[in-house]
Amino acid sequence: MMSWFRTPPAQRSVVSVFMPVALLLAFCCVSSLLLGAGSVGPNASLQVLLGKGTSDAIFIVYELRLPRLYIGLTAGLCLGVAGALMQSVARNPLAEPGLLGVSAGSAFTVAVALTLGMSLSTLPIELAQIGALLGCFFVIGVAKMQGQRNDPVRLVLAGAALTSLLTAMTSLLLMYNEQAADEIRFWVTGSIAGRNIEQLTRVLPSLLIAFVCVLYVARPLASLALGERVAIGLGYKPSRIRLIVVLAVALLVGAATAIAGPVIFVGLVVPFAARALVGPDIRRTLWLCLPLGPLMIITADVFSRLIAQPTEMPLGVLTAIVGAPVLLAIVRAQRLPTL
Amino acid sequence: MNPTLNVTLSAKDLTLQHGNTTIVESLNLTLPEGKVTAIVGPNGCGKSTLLNGLSRIHHPSHGGVLLDGKDIHKQASRDVARRLALLPQDTIAPDGITVSELIRFGRHPHQSALKQWQMSDQEAIDYALKAADLSALKDRLLDTLSGGQRQRAWIAMSIAQETPLLLLDEPTSALDLGHQIEVFELIKALSEEGKTVAMVVHDLPSACRYADHIVAMKSGKIISEGCPKDVMTKELVLELYGIECDLMPDPMTGSPILINIKRVQSE
Repeated sequence: MMSWFRTPPAQRSVVSVFMPVALLLAFCCVSSLLLGAGSVGPNASLQVLLGKGTSDAIFIVYELRLPRLYIGLTAGLCLGVAGALMQSVARNPLAEPGLLGVSAGSAFTVAVALTLGMSLSTLPIELAQIGALLGCFFVIGVAKMQGQRNDPVRLVLAGAALTSLLTAMTSLLLMYNEQAADEIRFWVTGSIAGRNIEQLTRVLPSLLIAFVCVLYVARPLASLALGERVAIGLGYKPSRIRLIVVLAVALLVGAATAIAGPVIFVGLVVPFAARALVGPDIRRTLWLCLPLGPLMIITADVFSRLIAQPTEMPLGVLTAIVGAPVLLAIVRAQRLPTL
Repeated sequence: MNPTLNVTLSAKDLTLQHGNTTIVESLNLTLPEGKVTAIVGPNGCGKSTLLNGLSRIHHPSHGGVLLDGKDIHKQASRDVARRLALLPQDTIAPDGITVSELIRFGRHPHQSALKQWQMSDQEAIDYALKAADLSALKDRLLDTLSGGQRQRAWIAMSIAQETPLLLLDEPTSALDLGHQIEVFELIKALSEEGKTVAMVVHDLPSACRYADHIVAMKSGKIISEGCPKDVMTKELVLELYGIECDLMPDPMTGSPILINIKRVQSE
């Protein structure tokens, strides 16, 4: 056990880290089915899981909490992987979809669609993805303006400017929207409550495409970490790699935003934690992001139901509250892995 | 194991530009097969740009680079990477990477999503470790090695690529004298096994000692080319660097070395 801690992260076996995290995730998933803000307590919920229980409890566990769990798993998966991809391709540990305006771009197009009379539950996922793509291209445009040398501060400043502008405009649009029910107000800060499984099935095709992109791009992206010219020397085309990564990020962030709103901090904290556990090689980091992203969202979601009972807090507030200390702990704990 | 297949690399009427500035102008060059070519010249003469052009990183604005007689930019980059390896100056070593993990990247051009890891890959890596004398260090973290060992690990990555051609951009520029010699001797040994090597070098005596062929560049053009003993003259050194000196053969190797160096006031 001690030797595991003494091993540099990049030299630990991925399985030895993945398994405990996956177990923790399983534990959180069960907790998320058992715990809630309403009157159905852990015992009543457990009865339901064991095949008994009242019809009220059955409804709450299977019709409310279970879809919510699936949505949380999916959104966490998307945001964790998207964050890792984006940080790796930008060579910048602060390159997070939530901070760089990608989520905000996605949220803005969704807000426009809502203002035009669409409903959140029937909204085409592609709209959110196009918004995410526009956000990506804006960020890349800024990154290109800085030339060869990567200036992390400028990238984040541009992203912050885009995020605040788009967030303000999104709020403005929704403020004048008469349909802006609690659902939408919650959605703006990120929430996975009140969703149904049908929404999930609509994002699955784009997740599949993103998955294929990630499979294709993982090795080239890992070699891009050795330097742009090294990657060219190994027969890769950096511009093509970047384009595929951007497409995958837009698909993932768009899908996550459509189902859970612009949840911030997940794409920042999850890759950070993954790197601290298994080192900076993207092929290893991505494996860890698979359970870590959902773990963070679901933990935050469970807390969002418990903190302000009998009402709920928006998930986005919770991810920030859970995320910020984690980030601080990582920053303080050790020398940061470079990208 | 040895790259026996001979592959030619040449520049035909090659012009390379950064924006509107011409860096390399109408340059013709053929790398002698199985030899070490050193590209020398003052800062800003275009030698690194030429190497980038030869290795398909920099796209020509006129003329072209021919690999095996065909335009290098019209060939699939992966196919090129199986014949031409490149070690740039701006390499980045990720945190926590070991020597053998780094070398493994050299196998990427030979692998694909479906054909991931084969016996030939392990053989190539073992060979690269042995050639670069890194077998004992293969599980060490790259950050814990000396500068020379680290550079040898990068070169070993190129060796694992199993290409007949190897291009190196200032492979010794950040190293002290001892480590420089360590790296130059490795490069020399690689050419003796049949590799065609081209490298950008700053240090003239090292270039003369370790290269079979010198390409002297100034203002984007080749002003002299040939074997070190023929090329290296007082006049050339004066023209390249604006310094006066005397040349004498190294008592041990016979290659030219510079003595009595004086700077000439520029006019």
